[in-house]
Amino acid sequence: MEVIQQGGNTPAESIFEHVLPNAVTANSSELFGLARKSSLWTLSFGLACCAIEMMSTHMSHHDFDRFGVITWPSPRQADVMIVAGTVVKKMADPIKLLYEQMPDPKWVIAMGSCATNGGPYYRSYSVVMGVDHLIPVDVYVPGCPPRPEALMYGIMQLQDKIAKDAKERGATPETAT
Amino acid sequence: MAQPQKPQRRREPEIPVAPVALDKKGDALLALLPEVFEAFDVEFGAAVDEVVVTAKPQDVPAICRLAKEDPRLDLTYLRCLSVVDYEERLEVSYHLFSLDKRHKMVLKASVPPDEPFVPSIVSIWRGADWFEREGHDLFGVVFQGHPNLAPLLLYEGFEGFPGRRSFPFHEYNEY
Amino acid sequence: MQVQRQPTQQADTIDLMVNMGPQHPSTHGVFRVVLWIDGERIVRAEPHIGYLHRGSEKLCEGELYSQVITLFDRLDYVSNLNCELAFCLAVEKLMALEIPDRASYIRVILCELNRIASHMLFYGVYGLDTGAMTPILYGFRERERIQALFETVTGARMMHNYIRVGGLRHDLPEDFVPKMAELMDHLKRGVEECDDLLSNNEMFIARTKGIGPISGEDAIEFGVTGPALRAAGVLEDVRISEPYSIYDRFEFGIPVGTYGDCWDRYYVRIEEMRQSMSIIEQAMEQMEPGPTVSALRRITRPPKGETYMRTESPRGDFGVFLVSDGSDKPYRVKVRAPSFANLQALQHLFRNAYVADAVVILGSIDIILGEVDR
Repeated sequence: MEVIQQGGNTPAESIFEHVLPNAVTANSSELFGLARKSSLWTLSFGLACCAIEMMSTHMSHHDFDRFGVITWPSPRQADVMIVAGTVVKKMADPIKLLYEQMPDPKWVIAMGSCATNGGPYYRSYSVVMGVDHLIPVDVYVPGCPPRPEALMYGIMQLQDKIAKDAKERGATPETAT
Repeated sequence: MAQPQKPQRRREPEIPVAPVALDKKGDALLALLPEVFEAFDVEFGAAVDEVVVTAKPQDVPAICRLAKEDPRLDLTYLRCLSVVDYEERLEVSYHLFSLDKRHKMVLKASVPPDEPFVPSIVSIWRGADWFEREGHDLFGVVFQGHPNLAPLLLYEGFEGFPGRRSFPFHEYNEY
Repeated sequence: MQVQRQPTQQADTIDLMVNMGPQHPSTHGVFRVVLWIDGERIVRAEPHIGYLHRGSEKLCEGELYSQVITLFDRLDYVSNLNCELAFCLAVEKLMALEIPDRASYIRVILCELNRIASHMLFYGVYGLDTGAMTPILYGFRERERIQALFETVTGARMMHNYIRVGGLRHDLPEDFVPKMAELMDHLKRGVEECDDLLSNNEMFIARTKGIGPISGEDAIEFGVTGPALRAAGVLEDVRISEPYSIYDRFEFGIPVGTYGDCWDRYYVRIEEMRQSMSIIEQAMEQMEPGPTVSALRRITRPPKGETYMRTESPRGDFGVFLVSDGSDKPYRVKVRAPSFANLQALQHLFRNAYVADAVVILGSIDIILGEVDR
């Protein structure tokens, strides 16, 4: 880039005109959204049968790693909590504790019909009818158990949601442009 | 096996009872048992293919110990310990099996629901530990002599005995 | 400054209480063990279960017999067909029903395939427990093949709801025989590959040999069954001591271990996979076309009575105690889950073990919390 010697208050040339088309510009929040959605670390929290399908999704046939999704045992470093399985009243306190231990930004996917609304155990005396009675849920993946492709679609929907939220930066439907 | 006749209107259909179908080992065991248990006040019977011994609750540990140690019976393996709630009584069933002789027996004892006390058999089979805890948790049967009858399956503070027939189902309600 | 030296014999020590909580990467589900440790040795272990208690047994009392099968699917959620089979055999025993031959053969083939799938899951997860990251990928590759075949037959990868009272839901698809031959080919090579990868690995042997032994008498007293009992040297398999369905028509071996330690429990399962494949081949040869459902009324109403049916699930002796009062819903269903009984021996297995061995021993018992808590 050549330095243009001129007198007075003339602004320098924009760097973008020189480096385009090899550079992309974006909002910082959109950029962070892109980073967050491409590297979602899930808390390995398989409760029941859906956990086996979640494990299948992580394995080589339906690879989850290509989405950037890795399962991570510690809640302190996880982004997403996939609640896979039936939520029992005895387990309600540990679930809330784990959710509170996860740092922001965090999301929750309710996998399977037991985590969505109690599932086949809706007449049971010891089942919480859906994990959304305890923690806020972002994506519901129906099925009993949902196929690995369904869970992948759920993660993709979550990625779309993260990108959209980043773009609107917390705008509500009334204030969104 | 004949199915029950299609009921006519306003006539009670008769409920068929499963026939007794003991095999050779069951017959041999049924013939042997009165001799082994002559010291106890027991009744003998059969349910489909199992020999059933009905005893008083206080005699249960002695009968179990005799069944385990007597060389003719050799019932060394406790398969299952279950509680069934018939409205006016709670029935505890002990399913025993012999790994060498391959014959099986069921020992039953009934207790009233308001005073459900049965002596524990943890000293005979350590594997009865959790089965008895579960029976206590879900049905309220108190196994006397059990080292630790803390709740096993239900959370602390659960009221009621959900295994009993009188405990209601959770009627579906979204909230 | 004078340093006061205190001889260590006079120091007071207390055991450290460590909680392996309900959420843990290696507890195979929601299972909580509280360990008291002295240095590196485990002094006492207190298992807490009930974090997956869904009340299945009570729910069975309010559902028709064909609806109960869906609940049984979800008990041992890795070997679903074995659980369905146990319940259906219990009802059929009560009704003294004759099952068509073809249905029995198909049931045996699918249950043995499910046994292989379950052991593949054990193999993969056990490798992960001992620190190996590769076996789980190999194990799940074989599992995916089996699940693809299940999908063509029953319609679902996991919760099949296929084995019904009186036979099966529907017959096999037309291309089952060639697909099965291809699958057998893949599985044989797969099992050999998995065996090669882990069984004689020096680090794996160092982590599992001599760890958590249990003797035969102790195992019988605790009610331990299945591969854990056979690894302790006791030749006991429900398929030979009380043959159910048509298992008496096949010739297969029962692998038995010597020391009852973790390596024996692992290797017994690898051998069982080979024996299962041999059973499947014999069944495929003997199977003939025919009906797959015996003539039944639409709503199953068994006669009044009770029965105890015992089957060999991949984890051990899966028992169903069924009490019927003659109506279309069961009066009482009690499930005797093998993992429930195997887990009672945990305190015994953890004696003289290091903390690092806790995960290895727990993995070798192969528990599934769905059937422990029901």
